[in-house]
Amino acid sequence: MTEHDPDIESIVAMLPPFAHHMGMTVTGLEDGLPVISYDFGPGVTGRPGFLHGGALSGLLEVAAYSALRARIAQDGAKAQLKPVNVTVDFMRGGRQHRTFALGKITRLGQRVANVESVAWQLDRHKIIAAARLNFLLKREV
Amino acid sequence: MSDARTGEFDPRLFTETISSHGHGGHIGLEYHDHGVGWVELKLPWREELVGDSETGILASGPIISMMDNATSLSVWTKLGTFRPQVTLDLRVDYMRAAKPKATVYGRGECYQIKRSIAFVRGIAHDGDPDDPVAHVAGTFINLDVSAS
Repeated sequence: MTEHDPDIESIVAMLPPFAHHMGMTVTGLEDGLPVISYDFGPGVTGRPGFLHGGALSGLLEVAAYSALRARIAQDGAKAQLKPVNVTVDFMRGGRQHRTFALGKITRLGQRVANVESVAWQLDRHKIIAAARLNFLLKREV
Repeated sequence: MSDARTGEFDPRLFTETISSHGHGGHIGLEYHDHGVGWVELKLPWREELVGDSETGILASGPIISMMDNATSLSVWTKLGTFRPQVTLDLRVDYMRAAKPKATVYGRGECYQIKRSIAFVRGIAHDGDPDDPVAHVAGTFINLDVSAS
């Protein structure tokens, strides 16, 4: 813990309008990084009874952004994040349960950040989808 | 979801009926145009889809959703019929941010269909297809092929 560690409320306040529109919220923190989740419902449904791949990608992306924002705040720094690319792998169909996602920072450099996000439902160890994301950082000095 | 006259798969009908009840309807995805092996959808700008309140720039999430749907539909327009499938993977490269308050169009193309896998690619643009917002590439897996 540092004096800059953001709490759940301040991470929720950093979520963009899109995250709120999708019903995303911060469920907890793991090593200071936020677990983002939403409930199953029509807004995240693709084929009947299953999560939409895009809705799941959105959750993985928001988890990655939020992890980076939290880590940058912990460092007492400020930076704008520009997404360069995202690759999403879908392992299991998302069912009618709450879905969770966590971004893990592989490397946070001066100009580039690499993040891996994973998503799960009832079982933390059964990953339903994973994403690798690269970001450009514009650090404010 | 086929055209009453030709019996061909109709992406407009599919988007306006089935998709509108789920995530596609929630983010305001609309049908725009299609041909054999390609489908173009559109995503009108909306406040609640913004990823950065200061700039009003659309979040990337809804653009992935549009490209997932446009490329998925393109498989069925190439086949001429619906077959159940799910996304295996999808990669998106962001060239630039979409212009604030601009409608973004997503054109998905299926360039190869095999028994188990359909290969797709596409672009998202905000008016000029020669100046894309994003490029995508992905694959869909056919659910009608039983595991052996």
